Amino acid sequence: MRLKKSSPRVLLAGIFLCLPLACLAASNGARSLPVSEPGDAFVAPAIAEPVNLIPFLASDSASAEVSHFIFNGLLKYDGDLNLVGDLAESWEVLDGGLRIVFHLRKGVRWHDGYLFTARDVVFTYLCLIDPDVPTPYGSAFEKVETVFAPDDYTVEVRYKEPFSPGLSSWTMGIVPEHKLDYEHQNDLAFSKNPIGTGPYVIKRWERGQLIDLKANPFYFEGRPNISRVVLRVLPDPTTVFLELQNENLDTAGLTPLQYNRQIQTDFFRTKYQSLDFTGTQYTYMGYNLRSSLFSDKRVRQALAMAADSNEIVSAVLMGRGRSTTGPFLPESWAYDADVKSFQHDLSAARALLKEAGWEDRDNDGILDRDGQKFSFTVLTNSGNDQRKMTCEILQKQLAAVGIEMKIQAMEWSVLLKEFIHPKRFEAVLLGWNLPMDPDIFDIFHSSRRGPGQFNFVSYANPEVDRLLEEARIEFDQQKRGELYRRVHRLIYEDQPYAFLYTSESLSVLHKRFDGVTAGKLGVGHDFVRWYVPKEKRRYGTLSVDA
Amino acid sequence: MRKILIKKGLQAAALFFGITLISFGVVHLAPGSPVSGSEMNPAVSHEAREKLTRLYGLDRPIEAQYFEWLSRMVRFDFGEALSDGEKVSSKILRAAPITLVVNGIALLLAFFVGIPAGVWMAWRAGSKKERLLGTLFLGFYSMPSFWIAMLFMSFFAVRFHLVPLSGLHSLFYEEMPLWRRWLDAASHLVLPILVLTLSGSAAISRYVRSSMRDVLGQGFIRASRARGLSERAVLMNHALRNALLPVITLIGLSVPALLGGSVVLESIFALPGMGRLFFTAVFQRDYPVIMGVLTLGALLTLAGNTLADLAYAYADPRIRREGEEK
Repeated sequence: MRLKKSSPRVLLAGIFLCLPLACLAASNGARSLPVSEPGDAFVAPAIAEPVNLIPFLASDSASAEVSHFIFNGLLKYDGDLNLVGDLAESWEVLDGGLRIVFHLRKGVRWHDGYLFTARDVVFTYLCLIDPDVPTPYGSAFEKVETVFAPDDYTVEVRYKEPFSPGLSSWTMGIVPEHKLDYEHQNDLAFSKNPIGTGPYVIKRWERGQLIDLKANPFYFEGRPNISRVVLRVLPDPTTVFLELQNENLDTAGLTPLQYNRQIQTDFFRTKYQSLDFTGTQYTYMGYNLRSSLFSDKRVRQALAMAADSNEIVSAVLMGRGRSTTGPFLPESWAYDADVKSFQHDLSAARALLKEAGWEDRDNDGILDRDGQKFSFTVLTNSGNDQRKMTCEILQKQLAAVGIEMKIQAMEWSVLLKEFIHPKRFEAVLLGWNLPMDPDIFDIFHSSRRGPGQFNFVSYANPEVDRLLEEARIEFDQQKRGELYRRVHRLIYEDQPYAFLYTSESLSVLHKRFDGVTAGKLGVGHDFVRWYVPKEKRRYGTLSVDA
Repeated sequence: MRKILIKKGLQAAALFFGITLISFGVVHLAPGSPVSGSEMNPAVSHEAREKLTRLYGLDRPIEAQYFEWLSRMVRFDFGEALSDGEKVSSKILRAAPITLVVNGIALLLAFFVGIPAGVWMAWRAGSKKERLLGTLFLGFYSMPSFWIAMLFMSFFAVRFHLVPLSGLHSLFYEEMPLWRRWLDAASHLVLPILVLTLSGSAAISRYVRSSMRDVLGQGFIRASRARGLSERAVLMNHALRNALLPVITLIGLSVPALLGGSVVLESIFALPGMGRLFFTAVFQRDYPVIMGVLTLGALLTLAGNTLADLAYAYADPRIRREGEEK
């Protein structure tokens, strides 16, 4: 049935005068919904088409976004970044973390009507560790010894050793065993037409253009209020902004310039609300600690004093970011907000550099030591204007204490293959996009200095190593948080990176949506409860139960 | 004529294999690989990336990879995309019609506008009106098409809501009646075709104008005028025929452009055509898709050139005779 929006009076008449008049109204084309009925659509842009919707194969952001609407994990992160049950009702950590037992929700059905059981969880795990499955996420499950199902609604995971970050890997979307097979013959067909347990079902996928999702009326948390979710592929950010001006999109991410200036119009103020949240990435300048220039901690601390990240934030991000002191998400429970950052102090920086032997002996404006000038090249990837601008401001700031910094931008894969992996660099300006779990073992533990691994700055601090190892076997968030906060302080003291800033994630959201609540990182965490009052609906004629 | 045909055909075949060899080499030797997108992602370990490289068969020697690709290609099998496992041919078949329709219509319109405009400009060369039109065309030709596109979008689609902004059709168009759907799709193509036509016709008019000018300065034109032929007959029957030779080359060169979608315009107008397909594939280092599109491009370019050569020979008796004497 197609439904059109109409006045509440017609609705009232329909209810009071019952069937005959309701039929009459229908024949006049004036049909309406009771207020509690779901309806309307949410239209969002995607910069690229999702590549693969199977959760364990989805490696691009668009795929991950869509697959969240379709699949559920055993666990999920709530708005406050705490792990809570999703398909698992509850879970127990036993034997100090050697065993994790998940108790599953009962009565959850796949979109095709089959019951969800523990067999599906075991199947998903087997896919993740299958050497013939091209999943990039297998490493999170390497510490798992076995996964089995004592009964249909219990899953037990045995670990070779306790591994607390492993808990967050169970947010991985669970796939149905009855739809896929162990030979993975159906993967392609399934990824085009996936069956999940999630709040939305794929209605139509027009390749290269859009994915149209419709509400799953049998969703275990209740039927979502918004009937349709449409993800439009719009590769050009200018087009996205123009489409916002036509109200054809309900949300879009914005640049600081767009956020500060271009949406300051009456149109945007009346139609959209603007949202800003702390981002999930930070930008840093990493030093090659094997280089003679940066092996001295005092030098790195002096650089931290000479660099003024506040200036960078206001220039590069137009103030839409904050300077950061550490290797965790600023909103995470692992981040130590009390870490005192080095004061921006040029004379103190110079004094510290002098202590380390760096002085301008030949009066050319550049510090030297044993005939060697303090001159280095920072490498960054091309095509990222924010990073390039950051480099330029740093260049100016470091010149003030007599350090010459050159900038070289190059293509991403050249940068990685020729310079970062073989460690042929002095400094790099890059960013980390962090997952929710604060385990940064792979980035800062001394065992991760090998070729192709993430500790390419060759950082090694036995105390940090020990704390990171300890945090990996600690399941109590309070205690684990304390360990990470100590890691944060130690790493900040050591300055293997100059921690620069976290940019805000800026966006607009159409004002017609009600029930939107802010979490720490955004508003999307309880999308299924969003609602559009009937009179405000934009896509009122949409068929709801198609 | 047959000799020319055989000669051109052999040349084209040799050239074609040379092109595939070079493009395969360049594509595979360029830095980056299909797994480098997940590099520097803390959730993806070094070992996981090595596993992917092995599963994609990228750890084998490059010549082995080339010969496997070649042996499949001669059987018209372009393989499967690395990114999602879909057949390359089905990706191309989905993208090609969109580019073909947009570029085809735009190209036709460009010739329809460009040739008469060029003739007129050659005829009226030097006059004020001619110079004005010439400057205008030069302007359209020189302006970056993305910029024209954006101006048109914000003017026609945002300010005046005359046409839709982007995409192939409106949201939920499947719930419209059939005729509305057709209208909807057509209206979405107005802006991209308009932008392409403007820059295309500007280029063609310049070509036609200059070759017309050359012809108009020749003796036989003066002779035909002296014979008392009408200006129209002089222009259309005598001058234009001779002036169209370079335009034939232009048509030949435009054949690959029919399927070589513009990345910039297809991105701005969100059209999932060939340009976007190729661009995304390059970004993902999706080798089979890149090679599929390149091969198709090579084929069309060669076909276009060969056709142009043949058409030339057909149109110009001198060239035809040259081929026969050899």
